[in-house]
Amino acid sequence: MTTVLLDPSNEAVPAERVRPARLTALAGKTIGLLDIRKARGDVFLDQLEAKLTERGAAVIRYAKPTFTKPAPIDLRHEIATQCDAVVEALAD
Amino acid sequence: MSTPASEAPEPMKPPLPDGIVAFVKRDCPTCELVAPVLAALAKEAPLTVYTQDDPAFPDGAPRVDDTDLAVSWHHGIEAVPTLLRVEDGVEVERALGWHRGEWEALTRTTDLGPGLPELRPGCGSLSVDPSRAPELAIRFSGSMLKARRVEIAALEDEQEAFFDRGWTDGLPIVPPTESRVLRMLEGTTRAPDEVVATVPPDLAPCTVEKVAINAVMAGCKPEYLPVVIAAVEAACTDAFNIHGLLATTMSAGPVIVVNGPIRNAIGMNAGKNVFGQGNRANSTIGRALQLVIRNVGGGRPGEVDRATLGNPGKVGFCFPEDEEGSPFAPLNTEFGFEAGTNTVTLFPGEGPRTIVDQIARDPDSLCHMFADALRHMLTPKMVLAFDAIVVVSPEHSRIFREAGWTRSDLVKRLHELTLMDGDDLVRGAGGIADGLPETVRGNQIPKFKPDGLRVVHAGGGAGLFSAIIPGWANGEMGSAPVCRAITP
Repeated sequence: MTTVLLDPSNEAVPAERVRPARLTALAGKTIGLLDIRKARGDVFLDQLEAKLTERGAAVIRYAKPTFTKPAPIDLRHEIATQCDAVVEALAD
Repeated sequence: MSTPASEAPEPMKPPLPDGIVAFVKRDCPTCELVAPVLAALAKEAPLTVYTQDDPAFPDGAPRVDDTDLAVSWHHGIEAVPTLLRVEDGVEVERALGWHRGEWEALTRTTDLGPGLPELRPGCGSLSVDPSRAPELAIRFSGSMLKARRVEIAALEDEQEAFFDRGWTDGLPIVPPTESRVLRMLEGTTRAPDEVVATVPPDLAPCTVEKVAINAVMAGCKPEYLPVVIAAVEAACTDAFNIHGLLATTMSAGPVIVVNGPIRNAIGMNAGKNVFGQGNRANSTIGRALQLVIRNVGGGRPGEVDRATLGNPGKVGFCFPEDEEGSPFAPLNTEFGFEAGTNTVTLFPGEGPRTIVDQIARDPDSLCHMFADALRHMLTPKMVLAFDAIVVVSPEHSRIFREAGWTRSDLVKRLHELTLMDGDDLVRGAGGIADGLPETVRGNQIPKFKPDGLRVVHAGGGAGLFSAIIPGWANGEMGSAPVCRAITP
């Protein structure tokens, strides 16, 4: 005899979205740098900004309010509409 | 009598015939007693008798076999005999047991059962018999549960099936059958489809039913369910930030402190071995919360849970305050609740560490000992970023009681004694490379924010020990303690 049990999970089927194509060059592109607010993340991103600018990319800097919480939806939308790619970083 | 649309019989509910309707079983002395009355009534009024155990009973009356209890269950029959008056398909009067006056009024007759006593209570209806009710509830209302059904084959082990699906915390679970989940739901007045919270990290809506399924798996009793629901609600607030607490590389997890009369009503242990094993409510309520985070929220160790070390309390860490033995007002009064309110307080904490002081006989000496332990919490250089709970046990709290100290006296003194000397906090001080910039030299810096020290009274009656439960990144930056009322 089979036993019937109840699913304890959220039963969600993740929505799959196609990733945008990888950038083939940096020149003329806008790259977002998202500081997640870990200690010295700004130092790391400063270096990255210098390297990206050297290669002709425009850089926009963003920051999460705190590293312990997900980025607010408005910030995510802002990055998505303003940038061709984003680097989310870290340090510690 | 008309029936508003909202009270119209449900489509699945078997209709009742107009006239007098009786529910009986042979295995009931009162039903045996009134059998001749029913036979006599059958000659005077339209009568239908639903019989629960013996389709041939009672003799001489028009009988309907209700041995599957469908009619009894749907019409909420709690005792036999039950007599109903039905008009236009709607029940308008009900009498329980045998009471001559009530039966005569309901049937509009006189001289019923002249040889019988005036009054005789009935027996329990089979439809509410504890050995049958859960199975009947599933048969007749199982559709109220929305969760996906998982069929486990006869030769499959249900524990292994749940381990394989990643639905356990590494320990065996109680398989969440429909009957167990329905019994669990009897622990709350809230509807199964009510959404309790949106659970991170998947931000999935979590219904009362999903909490109940995970509470069954954790080993909870139905009476614990309101505590688990309140804990899920509190955990999933922005202030408590269970997402961050789950995702952190640090060791902390949710710690639940229960206050109010419900602690004793559900048999929680605030005494000996309060943080340890052995009490079902203490052990399973915290586990149920963690299973909800895992299963509904999708928060699993090694995935979004990035803890470097974790702590054993992450299986579940829940304990009640010993309010009765405490010299202090209960913890929940610090959050604006009246003493005696049932609440959960969620605190982002790691494992408790013991403070031994077997010599102190005055509060100030004991405070110095507590403070010294608190100054070294996490690191001796860390200030202001982490809160703590100080758990004072009865033999230590006696010292404060005898000196007439309140909770705020204790907290105030601990703040004074945990003021840190900036010279000890700078990088390199004490031979420790870690530390604060040189600018703090010459300053005194509090170890804790003004609301960063919480006091809870708990533990066994023997032993001059207390404990610290260290916190995690506090306030807006991380997680703040959240206290929430437990509602039925």
